[in-house]
Amino acid sequence: MTAPLLSMEGISKAYPGVQALSGVELALARGEVLALLGENGAGKSTLMKILGGAVRPDAGTIRVDGVARAIRSPQEALRLGIAVIHQEFNLVPALGAAENVFLGQEIARGLPGLGVVDRRAQRARAGAVLARLGADFDPDTECRRLSVAGQQLVEIAKALVSGARILVMDEPSAALSAPEVAALHGVIRELKRDGTGIVYVSHRLDEIAAVCDRVAVLRDGRNAGGAAVAAVGRGDLIRMMVGRELTEEFPRRTTAPGEARLVVEGLSRGTAVRGVSFEARRGEVLAITGLVGAGRTELLRLLFGADRPDSGTIRLDGREIRPRSPRQAIAAGIGLLPEDRKLQGLVLDLSLRENFALPNLARLSRAGVVQGALERRECGGFVERLRIRTPRQEALVRGLSGGNQQKVVLAKWLARDCEVLLFDEPTRGVDVGAKVEIYRLINDLAAAGKVVVMVSSDLPEVLGMADRIVVMRGGRVTGRIDDMARATQESVMEAAVS
Amino acid sequence: MTAPSPPPVPSRGGRARGLARRLADLGMAWVLAGLCVLFSLLTFAEQQPDGAAAGAALAADVLAACPAGARVLVAVRDRPEEGALAETLVERLRGGGAEVVAVVTGEPRDARAALERLAALAPPGLDAVAGSAASTGWGVFADLAADFPALGDPVVLRPRAYRWPNFLKPENLLNIANQIAVIAILAVGMTVVIVTGGIDLSVGSLIALASVVTALVVRDVFGGVAAGTGGMVAAGIAGVAVGALAGAVSGGVIVAFGIPPFIATLAMMLVAGGAASMLARGESVYQLPDSFVWLGRGADLGIPNAVALTLLLYALAHFAMTRMTFGRHVLAVGGNREAARLSGVPVAATTLAAYVLSGALAALGGVVMASQLKSGSPNFGQMYELYVIAAVVVGGTSLSGGEGSMLGTLVGALVIAVIQNGMNLLGIESYTQRVVLGAVILGAVLLDRLRRR
Ligand SMILES: Nc1ncnc2c1ncn2[C@@H]1O[C@H](COP(=O)(O)OP(=O)(O)OP(=O)(O)O)[C@@H](O)[C@H]1O
Ligand SMILES: [Mg+2]
Repeated sequence: MTAPLLSMEGISKAYPGVQALSGVELALARGEVLALLGENGAGKSTLMKILGGAVRPDAGTIRVDGVARAIRSPQEALRLGIAVIHQEFNLVPALGAAENVFLGQEIARGLPGLGVVDRRAQRARAGAVLARLGADFDPDTECRRLSVAGQQLVEIAKALVSGARILVMDEPSAALSAPEVAALHGVIRELKRDGTGIVYVSHRLDEIAAVCDRVAVLRDGRNAGGAAVAAVGRGDLIRMMVGRELTEEFPRRTTAPGEARLVVEGLSRGTAVRGVSFEARRGEVLAITGLVGAGRTELLRLLFGADRPDSGTIRLDGREIRPRSPRQAIAAGIGLLPEDRKLQGLVLDLSLRENFALPNLARLSRAGVVQGALERRECGGFVERLRIRTPRQEALVRGLSGGNQQKVVLAKWLARDCEVLLFDEPTRGVDVGAKVEIYRLINDLAAAGKVVVMVSSDLPEVLGMADRIVVMRGGRVTGRIDDMARATQESVMEAAVS
Repeated sequence: MTAPSPPPVPSRGGRARGLARRLADLGMAWVLAGLCVLFSLLTFAEQQPDGAAAGAALAADVLAACPAGARVLVAVRDRPEEGALAETLVERLRGGGAEVVAVVTGEPRDARAALERLAALAPPGLDAVAGSAASTGWGVFADLAADFPALGDPVVLRPRAYRWPNFLKPENLLNIANQIAVIAILAVGMTVVIVTGGIDLSVGSLIALASVVTALVVRDVFGGVAAGTGGMVAAGIAGVAVGALAGAVSGGVIVAFGIPPFIATLAMMLVAGGAASMLARGESVYQLPDSFVWLGRGADLGIPNAVALTLLLYALAHFAMTRMTFGRHVLAVGGNREAARLSGVPVAATTLAAYVLSGALAALGGVVMASQLKSGSPNFGQMYELYVIAAVVVGGTSLSGGEGSMLGTLVGALVIAVIQNGMNLLGIESYTQRVVLGAVILGAVLLDRLRRR
């Protein structure tokens, strides 16, 4: 019998205050897609960082084709044919997409060793790979101008051009909408046919059945079982991931929507948002969906005063508001959970508690002095409710797992008593158990008469949570669904691509 | 089920411990401690006590060494601290039953005259000579038995010497504190600016400008040497206001037009430096009343007023940075401007406030320096911006913004002051001092980086 493509044995890793991994085992065969599952903070990313040479383990062995290897750096991993798409992006903002795709593996031309980059060849190859993934932007676009989804596609392309035999994808689909996810799955099937082994980390249950062969579960940094995908159902997967039954994935809301509170008319900015009108009512959850680049994020930024509209009006409770800065929008009772937690949502080198308090300081302080006890108490409540895994409130946000960082951004806005809450992909990277808790909190907001506007690419989430749906495409509203009984994934997608 | 770890709530009583831990966390505090130990060892020296306490101890020694009713000659040099020694010595000797036959305050010549007069008395006789370490070393006392046989064989007693580092003498420690006061005051504002992700190069020039403005206002508005307290306070406030205004201009330009702080404050450095020279016509202004030195040289609370002011400022700044919304805003703006903006932090106002604060504190440092040196001069504060930035960075504040602490900055300022002072005590030449200081700053920061890994 031949040795498996990859086996990791007895991997352990500790961070100050957390045992991230203890004696974890993992095996991967040629042409196999392994789903690595687990709650936020279970240790999935840490294990994959170790495989990719980004983090050194405290103990354990990694075998490739049965040969023990010490992987001391990402370069060594690449040389062994291991490529990792990390959960957190590592792109150079000022470089173009193509240049980022080939960063560190440039195509040279002219004399060898001279280091002259063949930009044309790079652009052509990167363009081809990106097109295969369904990207609609030019390969010369600077990465800082790309949306989160666009950046994710660049990261995936980066791994694909390396020609790795072992490919790790850490939540590649969290930021993508349905067509890109479908394209990605197509690429994965092709790679599989070529014998590439793939580790796929995801919190989206539906895609595990679609593309994976086997699941392995981590819990608290330990192995917690595994199975062939064909042998388990959705309920089993949830139980394996969160260690308990979930009675309902989308908790029901009992309140009926009231009068219109937020009324937007003809809002436009450049080509990103063109004449968008909608209204959101008291006590309802309005979902705005569409494909990547549909202008949803830009629309929310206009409502929040982060950018200025060229034209159009925003009315809240009948009064026109013109927020010229986020500060003014917040004063008017609007809150925005931004799409990019690392760049827009968090100050990574401040503690969890300080990040939590940032939009809430006025309430948490008296005469400019922060009320420490009050702050700790409120923060503690959210840490518990959202199941944020952290050694303590003083831990730097940088050290939290991706899903837990997302929960911190959520907590800081949920704690602020906003009349209108704009959520941009609120549950990106959040595990199924915590998602339910977030949905409950959103329901509480709606029940309290607030306005909730939720941008999401996750169609099951949109269908499960929304009272009404607005579909956007190319900056315009291309569909409205007011009767949820008639909404299906197909009808929503149709409006999104029409 | 995997329970998320409950938030461990630190106890209220933990605050003092928190402070100690924060200090211990600063690798630089250990470097500072190490430097103090090093200079203490290197400057170990024989110490000759003087003053009243030494006088009392010496009197006891004399009374123990001589029979009751002994005849004692007291000799000291004409110095205040030796005068205090003599006064207490004489008083205690008389109280102890000895007879003080002569008190010499002056030079060896005076002592010889006194000895000759004693030798001529009937009956002659002297049991002991007592005085300071310096006076008892005079040649005239070296061989009394041979030179003045009539006096018998008197013992010569001096205060007992002890070994103690020059570095750790209270005068020297106060000296360090006084020297560092100005830099430390400036470093408070600089820390805030650097934490926002900026830099303020104008602080050295603002020292000069504020010192000149303050001195000129005292001279030209409040009557120079005849100025009263109110006038001097008003002049100091004027100096600080000018600094705050300069900071407001720098900060305003940075916020409104997005000009890099390095450039904006570099321009302000030139403007303020030039303005100081223009106002003072290139000369020092020293027509100031004697009481003008109250802030810089006075000591109303047992420690120098400038040091008390510095400590007060650090206490306030530490509180503001750790417990107040202002500190949170500053950290957030420096850590992630965009996230701060989207969280509703008043980014522009916070940035502006940082530069106003830095300008005002630089000017306050200028007022303190003017008071210490009893003059205002366009030459004050040269190169200070670099020492201040060094103090902040040595204190562990990152030049890229988003982190930093006032405690660290205070430690950083002390590290620099201690190095300079130690080298002075060791008699190292000033050019060499600069080389060493530069190397030590680099080494200190390097050590801190390695320790944090
Ligand atoms: N650099 C770090 N410093 C401190 N702690 C860390 C660091 N990186 C990870 N951790 C901790 O290790 C644990 C595992 O984190 P990891 O990122 O592997 O989780 P994950 O399973 O990928 O979670 P998610 O689903 O949220 O992405 C977490 O408790 C996290 O706080
Ligand atoms: Mg992860």
